[in-house]
Amino acid sequence: MDLSNYPLELTGPDVPMVRFMNVTKRYGTLTVLDELNLDVAAGEMVSVIGPSGSGKTTVLRMLMTLETIDDGVIYVDGKPLTHMPKGNRLVRADAKHLRRARSSIGMCFQHFNLFPHMTALQNCMEGPVQVLGLSRREAQERSENLLEMVGMIDKKDQHPSRLSGGQQQRVAIARALAMRPKVMLFDEVTSALDPEVIGEVTAVIRKLVAEHQLTMLMVTHQMGFARDISDRICFFFKGRIEEQGAPDQFFGNPQRERTRQFLSAVKAAD
Amino acid sequence: MSIIEFLQTYGGLIASGTWVTIAQFLLASAVAIGVALVAGLGKLSGNWLIRGTAVTYIEIFRGTSLLVQLFWIFYVLPLFGLTFDKFTAGFVSVGLNVGAYGAEIVRGAIQAVPKGQWEAAYTLSMSPAKRMRRIILPQALVLMLPSWGNLLIELLKGTALVALISVTDLMFQTRQINASTFLSAQAFGTALVIYYILARFLITPFMRWLERVMARRLGRA
Repeated sequence: MDLSNYPLELTGPDVPMVRFMNVTKRYGTLTVLDELNLDVAAGEMVSVIGPSGSGKTTVLRMLMTLETIDDGVIYVDGKPLTHMPKGNRLVRADAKHLRRARSSIGMCFQHFNLFPHMTALQNCMEGPVQVLGLSRREAQERSENLLEMVGMIDKKDQHPSRLSGGQQQRVAIARALAMRPKVMLFDEVTSALDPEVIGEVTAVIRKLVAEHQLTMLMVTHQMGFARDISDRICFFFKGRIEEQGAPDQFFGNPQRERTRQFLSAVKAAD
Repeated sequence: MSIIEFLQTYGGLIASGTWVTIAQFLLASAVAIGVALVAGLGKLSGNWLIRGTAVTYIEIFRGTSLLVQLFWIFYVLPLFGLTFDKFTAGFVSVGLNVGAYGAEIVRGAIQAVPKGQWEAAYTLSMSPAKRMRRIILPQALVLMLPSWGNLLIELLKGTALVALISVTDLMFQTRQINASTFLSAQAFGTALVIYYILARFLITPFMRWLERVMARRLGRA
């Protein structure tokens, strides 16, 4: 792959927080994402929607560097994420670069993935103490503030097995935020939850959008929620962005036939 | 001779043999657990040299007889300039043999930790070593405990072979008594019961207790 056309660093007045530049992802002969170009501005909340298999979760996983990419470059805060400069050109990032670069990104998963052998508080402190090198006192203070914010301070000494799905997901959000990421990724964070607890998780995300200048990407099936809180909706279809726009325009007046089909199918299922 | 008289006469010898068996068991267990951990992790290493070494060790010690390994370590290695006293040769052989089985348990348990745990640790930018030590191994440990319970009972029974290089363990003392008195039923009967008691009333309850402690640490108890 020829990387000579990609800048070593993004400069100028409007450097986006995240830039996917011609990013292609294949599994064998199947192209999951085809030359994706997507910018996310600092502080922007983008919801990624689409039918299953459209590549939407892959977008998040590539940004978290959980998946490698086959072509193109991803930049975060102007710096290459999937690659690193060597001399005057970009080469594939090594493990060390990836570890440093991805520390500005936080992610929450559909199945929470809390560490079962640690309490809620220990889950939140793990990254700050072990990775950022904070003292236990600082890490605890930071973690307790975040657990307070997500409404889980009463349960801070409980292990995940004693918490409901909604509670676990709120702890997982606090754990990701404890690393002070610039970009937060939410991968179907309400999909595994019982309907009655979805609200407690969406309330936390609403609060984040309202009170923090975080850049966020969210894969979701909850159209109403996405419409409420997003700055932009990206509709993926077969590995490409089929349509994107501001929520009111996107949901109110979709331009593409496939978007309309998808939205009416979702509405019919509701 | 009644069993009471037998025990009154030979109880001291049997007790001293039992202590040696317990010592062999504890030391061999330590060797087995240590080696199993190293080889189990080694088998998952990305480095082919480390992986190759681990696989070779596992293949050799799992694929050949414990008795032959014991004789090799005690009788053959000295020819290459590596001499162990019989007590050390005994527990090292048993430990290395059982460790090869343990390595597969360790590897299996590590791979059985859900993928989401690896990914969560990854998203926190943890280094591979920290991720293994702080996130994966503690959970793998819980998964592998029941299998280790089984294996340690096998190990205890395996230590009886060290009598064949004249380590004065329970089996050795029992054979001595048998050879000089021909009280086979009493001698081997007593040994049978003692091995059973050690396995059933010491190792098994200890492992159960350990499983409970670990479960509590996961907040599951």
